[in-house]
Amino acid sequence: MTSVAIEACHLVKDFGEVRAVDDVSFSVPRGTVLGMLGPNGAGKTTTVRMMTTLTTPTSGRASVAGHDVTTEPDAVRRSMGLTGQAATVDELLTGRENLRLIGDLYGLPPARVRSRAAEMLERFSLSDAGDRVVKKYSGGMRRRLDLAASLIAAPPVLFLDEPTTGLDPRSRVELWEVLRGLVEEGKTLLLTTQYLEEADHLADDIVVIDHGRIIAQGTPLQLKDQSGRASIVVTVSRADDLLEAERLIRAEVAEVHLDVADRQFTAPAEGLSAITRIAEVFQGAGIELDDIGLKRPSLDDVFLHLTGHRAEDPTTDAEELSA
Amino acid sequence: MSSIPTPTTDATTRAADAQAHAEQPLSTDSGSSFLRQVRALIRRNLTHTKRQPEMLTDVTIQPVMFVVLFAYVFGGSINIPGGSYREWLLPGIMAQTMAFSSFIVAIGLNNDLDKGIIDRFRSLPIRRAGVLIARSVSSIIHSSIGVVVMSLTGLVVGWRIHEGVPKALLGYALLLLFGFAMIWIGIYVGSSLGSVEAVNGVMFSTMFPITFLANTFAPTQGMPSVIRHIAEWNPLSSLVQAMRENWGNTGALPPSAAWPLQHAVPVSIAWSLLIAVVMAPLAIRAFNRRTSQ
Ligand SMILES: Nc1ncnc2c1ncn2[C@@H]1O[C@H](COP(=O)(O)OP(=O)(O)OP(=O)(O)O)[C@@H](O)[C@H]1O
Ligand SMILES: [Mg+2]
Repeated sequence: MTSVAIEACHLVKDFGEVRAVDDVSFSVPRGTVLGMLGPNGAGKTTTVRMMTTLTTPTSGRASVAGHDVTTEPDAVRRSMGLTGQAATVDELLTGRENLRLIGDLYGLPPARVRSRAAEMLERFSLSDAGDRVVKKYSGGMRRRLDLAASLIAAPPVLFLDEPTTGLDPRSRVELWEVLRGLVEEGKTLLLTTQYLEEADHLADDIVVIDHGRIIAQGTPLQLKDQSGRASIVVTVSRADDLLEAERLIRAEVAEVHLDVADRQFTAPAEGLSAITRIAEVFQGAGIELDDIGLKRPSLDDVFLHLTGHRAEDPTTDAEELSA
Repeated sequence: MSSIPTPTTDATTRAADAQAHAEQPLSTDSGSSFLRQVRALIRRNLTHTKRQPEMLTDVTIQPVMFVVLFAYVFGGSINIPGGSYREWLLPGIMAQTMAFSSFIVAIGLNNDLDKGIIDRFRSLPIRRAGVLIARSVSSIIHSSIGVVVMSLTGLVVGWRIHEGVPKALLGYALLLLFGFAMIWIGIYVGSSLGSVEAVNGVMFSTMFPITFLANTFAPTQGMPSVIRHIAEWNPLSSLVQAMRENWGNTGALPPSAAWPLQHAVPVSIAWSLLIAVVMAPLAIRAFNRRTSQ
């Protein structure tokens, strides 16, 4: 076995006139997570569908666990699990019946199907709901069942297409925990997401995709560095000091952004030395600070920087999460 | 699955870790697997029917309603030379019910395609044909429930089979053969149309006229000549005529009846085979096209 679990080489997919995926290449080492980040219509699902043998590439080639997706589709299907963008569990079956169906289709021995189904229900906290029909499940439970179904035959590679879209913040964090657990077991994950912080949290490497093209690639840290300067954020303790503080800080740096409500200044900073210098200035003037720190650009900023437009990011969710 | 979770922070150690665990997919038994797959899929489809018994109205309440409606409401004004209208009517309603089995296939398949269930199946190491075979078999089971309900209702309203067992069975066999042919139409329509609503619309507006423009509910002799011609060449009519002959539910056929009705049994077999032979490749192509986008 090679150390590369998933590989795409110059993948292209045309739908008539529309080029949905345009020359996409990446490789995912075994046991790591690749986050594929992009807004609606970027080509994430189409890429996943090519990697999981659901649609054939117009050109280019891809492999999963060393098997080519076009010439050895069955071997690919045996080595991966797919959790699609919409939870594709059967609403009229119970959770357990869903898992058993998938286990039977994989051709696992019948006794094994039963024990694996019970094991998976347990693991994804669905034991109590296992014999209820899925129609009565919550969105989070459906997602977990979907994931459980993809894992029933213990494939080493998992594809997850927007696994947390539509989940409330708590269920999302729970699912993140589950995914981290899988990685610790040694599974290789490719997950697509529109949530910048999700890629930041889970992925070892990120490809940013827009209009079918990869526009940036690297670790979360590298991507943040790419989008340029960090900034220094200062919060003064007393609102009375604001004006004096602004005068002082303007003497040091050219471009200051003042947020009166939060008693906060933001200014571009070259590095840590800027923090010390500004801290000294304030100390000299007797202005008390609540906080001073360096802020690296978020992936949101990265996206804005790379594409010139914001990712359609549900910021409200992100805020709720950190609250 | 008993890998020990190792707390790691960094991707490289994890990769090395993964190498060490080298988790392999669980081994599978490939010998009997195709049959098992089909069986599992049929079980799934039947569970749907069990959980949604209202799915069965099209083969239970609806045909019973037709029997009552035609036998008691319109029946009085329809005269069957040399036979009773109720006996004559029953094969017609059974054939209509069987024609609607294409409806059931189309709706079920379209629903699965629409909800991404078929994609999930296709991401598994199974043969695609299994999905279609399972769909067909479940639909035949579904329609057979209807045939049993119809036969029992028939017995209640006075329908009887007057011929021996072999001929009786031949009548049912012709009905099932026709059902298999209709399945391909169902697969074709279910794969070609974009939504369940569209399937409903198309099937209703085609199947209803087709099942009425035949000898199902009224003898063709009384129809205007163009209509009569169409009705007598309708594949459904030769099936119904063949069932009536084999069950002894008909009087003598008028000499003016069209050729297909004069040779109802072989023509009915030929129609069913022809429909299957023409529609199967179209249906498979539509299904493959739909699922390879
Ligand atoms: N079957 C298809 N036929 C025609 N065009 C398609 C098809 N599937 C996708 N496309 C087009 O390809 C492009 C990429 O779509 P894709 O679904 O891969 O995007 P995505 O990144 O998954 O978006 P989302 O975040 O909304 O799920 C879009 O412009 C879409 O309209
Ligand atoms: Mg998508």
